[in-house]
Amino acid sequence: MTSSNAGAVAPDLVVPEELSNNVMITNIAKLLDPAYNWARRNSIWPMVFGLACCAIEMICTASSRYDLARFGMEVFRATPRQSDLMIISGTVTKKMVPTIVRLYNQMPEPRYVLSMGACASGGGPFKEGYNVVDGIDKFLPVDVYVPGCPPTPQALINGLIALQEKIDQQSIATAPWYRKDDPTAGVVPIPVLGPDLVDLRKIDTIKREAAKALAEQEKQEAQERETAVSPEAA
Amino acid sequence: MNEAILEAPGSVPPETAVNPVEQAINALKERFPEAVSDDPRDGYSGLLVAADKLPEVALALRDDLGFDYLSSVTGVDLIEDGKLEAVYHTYSIDQGGGSVVLHVQVDRENPVIPTLVPVWPGADFQEREAWDLYGIHFEGHPDLRRILTWDGFHGHPMRKDWKEPFYEEDTKPFGSRWPAGGVLRAEELNPYGQNVQYPPGWVPTGEEYDVETEMYAITGADLAYSIDASQQMKTDKITVNLGPQHPSTHGVFRMVVQLDGETVVDLKPVMGYLHRNHEKIGERNTFLGNIPYTDRLDYLSPISNNHGYVLAVEKLLGSVVPERAEWIRILTVELTRMANHLWAIGFLLNDLGALQTPMLYFYIERELILDFFETLTGARMMNNYMRFGGVAYDLPDDVRGQPTMSFLDELVNERLPKAIEQGNNLMTFNEIVRARSIGVGRLTRQEAIAYSMAGPMLRASGVNYDVRKAEPYSYYASLDFDIPVYYDGDVYDRYRVRMDELQQSLRILRQVLPYLKETEGSPVIDGKPSYAIRIPQPGEAYGRVENPKGELGFYITAKRRSASPERYHVRAPSFINLTSLGKMCQGHKVADIVVILGSIDIVLGEVDR
Ligand code: SF4
Repeated sequence: MTSSNAGAVAPDLVVPEELSNNVMITNIAKLLDPAYNWARRNSIWPMVFGLACCAIEMICTASSRYDLARFGMEVFRATPRQSDLMIISGTVTKKMVPTIVRLYNQMPEPRYVLSMGACASGGGPFKEGYNVVDGIDKFLPVDVYVPGCPPTPQALINGLIALQEKIDQQSIATAPWYRKDDPTAGVVPIPVLGPDLVDLRKIDTIKREAAKALAEQEKQEAQERETAVSPEAA
Repeated sequence: MNEAILEAPGSVPPETAVNPVEQAINALKERFPEAVSDDPRDGYSGLLVAADKLPEVALALRDDLGFDYLSSVTGVDLIEDGKLEAVYHTYSIDQGGGSVVLHVQVDRENPVIPTLVPVWPGADFQEREAWDLYGIHFEGHPDLRRILTWDGFHGHPMRKDWKEPFYEEDTKPFGSRWPAGGVLRAEELNPYGQNVQYPPGWVPTGEEYDVETEMYAITGADLAYSIDASQQMKTDKITVNLGPQHPSTHGVFRMVVQLDGETVVDLKPVMGYLHRNHEKIGERNTFLGNIPYTDRLDYLSPISNNHGYVLAVEKLLGSVVPERAEWIRILTVELTRMANHLWAIGFLLNDLGALQTPMLYFYIERELILDFFETLTGARMMNNYMRFGGVAYDLPDDVRGQPTMSFLDELVNERLPKAIEQGNNLMTFNEIVRARSIGVGRLTRQEAIAYSMAGPMLRASGVNYDVRKAEPYSYYASLDFDIPVYYDGDVYDRYRVRMDELQQSLRILRQVLPYLKETEGSPVIDGKPSYAIRIPQPGEAYGRVENPKGELGFYITAKRRSASPERYHVRAPSFINLTSLGKMCQGHKVADIVVILGSIDIVLGEVDR
């Protein structure tokens, strides 16, 4: 801080003359956040994680013509333990979801999810499929959605820049990954494959609805028995 | 490169008095008068075979009549007759030409058909699929488990009366999406708020469906001691899982491997992680609405997928394709083949450990092809371009500021040949490439045919079979090109077949360019483009093309005046080529698995559909 704005400092704080030109007094968040965010946003390590067609465009984004290196993002890691960005590029199927969630849980925090393409964001052209999950956001907290089928490499880069902007605005003091009460922090229960995909967070609803369905089925069967019996009785 | 043994089997087979298909059909009817009869349905050309006689008929067809190649097996739900049907397409490798189609009909309540795996091992996965999706029980099948869905999945989803957990209407667009201009998401009416349903009274614990443990048991591994276990050192065989999320599996593919030390004892592929219900959706869509879905099958070669599908539907419609459209089709399809092979070879070398460098060099050239596609169709990858009776648009005026024809000239005569030559010089005789790939993942000629391999897999094993020559479509019969064939059937030969095919595609393209100039301005589609396509006559059609990965076939049946297919099946080359994966890997090291898989060149969109 220069002597001209030394007046901003509390009056009882005596700044030695030799330090007055190079000490900055500020609060910790203002000092740390920009430095911390600057480091994180320029060294994002995405995970090698291709699900379908969109993954081809993701690979193209990282290769010859488009080049993610200039964003500090070229280090695609083959393991969740070393990644902080999961690019969900492709169709999320029910059979695959348990694996995706398991990998997400294995990523260290802070971690981000980018949903690439129509399928990952909402089921896309395959929304009506019996094995397709209509949007990974049904399971994981998504930070950035990139539209397209598939999004072009330019679109993905735009999404990554959007993620950088998002990181810029985050603060350690309020970041979700240090807060217990934030629903997006912590472990997401891994869904299981039953007769259909079972989201364990909904187990109460499932039990309740299944019991209701059973009661209805029994009532109907009883009715059928009655109508079947009565003509004989008559 | 120069050692390639190129065989030119003459352009079109001459019209002989008796065609082999007819001959075979007559011979079968004569030999099995009780069991074999003509299919009486309108527009069907195959044979009806009694289920219990099927293996005998198949053996006769294979050994005595020369129809030794089983291309496709699929199920059909004939719900109105209370029957399920299995359909087999068989071809003759030596004679070429069309297929002998066998239809086997069984009772819907108790659908049992003897397996054909002993006759054609290539039926293995396809029968499993028909069991999974239709519930047809193939008696005697060595490993009849779910393949695209998971163990414990509810019901057989391709049956016509199977209701999806969240089910709206038979055809799109769904009413719920546009009531009075507002959008209602029908799944939100579902009590779970999701596209799911569960059986009445079901109480999930999460443990009753222990799919995983069963998966690991499937290699039949009694985890016995290793062969060289001795008193001093006892080693176990172990089971290792690769995928479904693994950088070398080319997508969401999984292999359960049983190892003895580093050596592969057994390997089972596990798939279905990208099963996107292509066929179920395809049977609800209109005919035209299916074209963009075919793009998403083999997403590295979308336009050639279009081609297979439109050929099948054109057979049902009886369309005539104008000349210019045919030339444009060949142009786009061959460029697609090159884009695919550039990718496949780049990736194969990546799998070999040549991390990324060859891949990056080849992608630059692939991007040029994509530039052309983008200007032509509006999309880099999902080029929804072909239409029934032609193509959607004529060629653009310019590509990236350069007149189209000069762009293509430069691409075909300068850029691509140079890139291929460079790649060839760098890699074909490279010590490491040869050491890692020669003799690895061998398939003999007999095995390749028996396992229903297709495309470069088949031709690397010494089988001269290419749909473009065997049953020519489009204008391929009038073009001059060779079919590269190699004879060792290993990873190296598959690589070289692809390298040579790049050259052959260039050769075809050079012949096509002058025709494009000549036909400039003439129509590219037959009649007026139409959305509401209806099929004039009922019947079945099988359209097949030589896709970069092998024979891609579409089996379609339709009723008269119907707007969507009754049955829509895709004969996916990647899926069927995987049948031999276990066999090819046995005896090799773990690191070789990756390379062998790379040499098949699979795309999961097509494997799982
Ligand atoms: S959004 Fe389109 S391109 Fe991406 S995975 Fe889905 S279908 Fe494929």
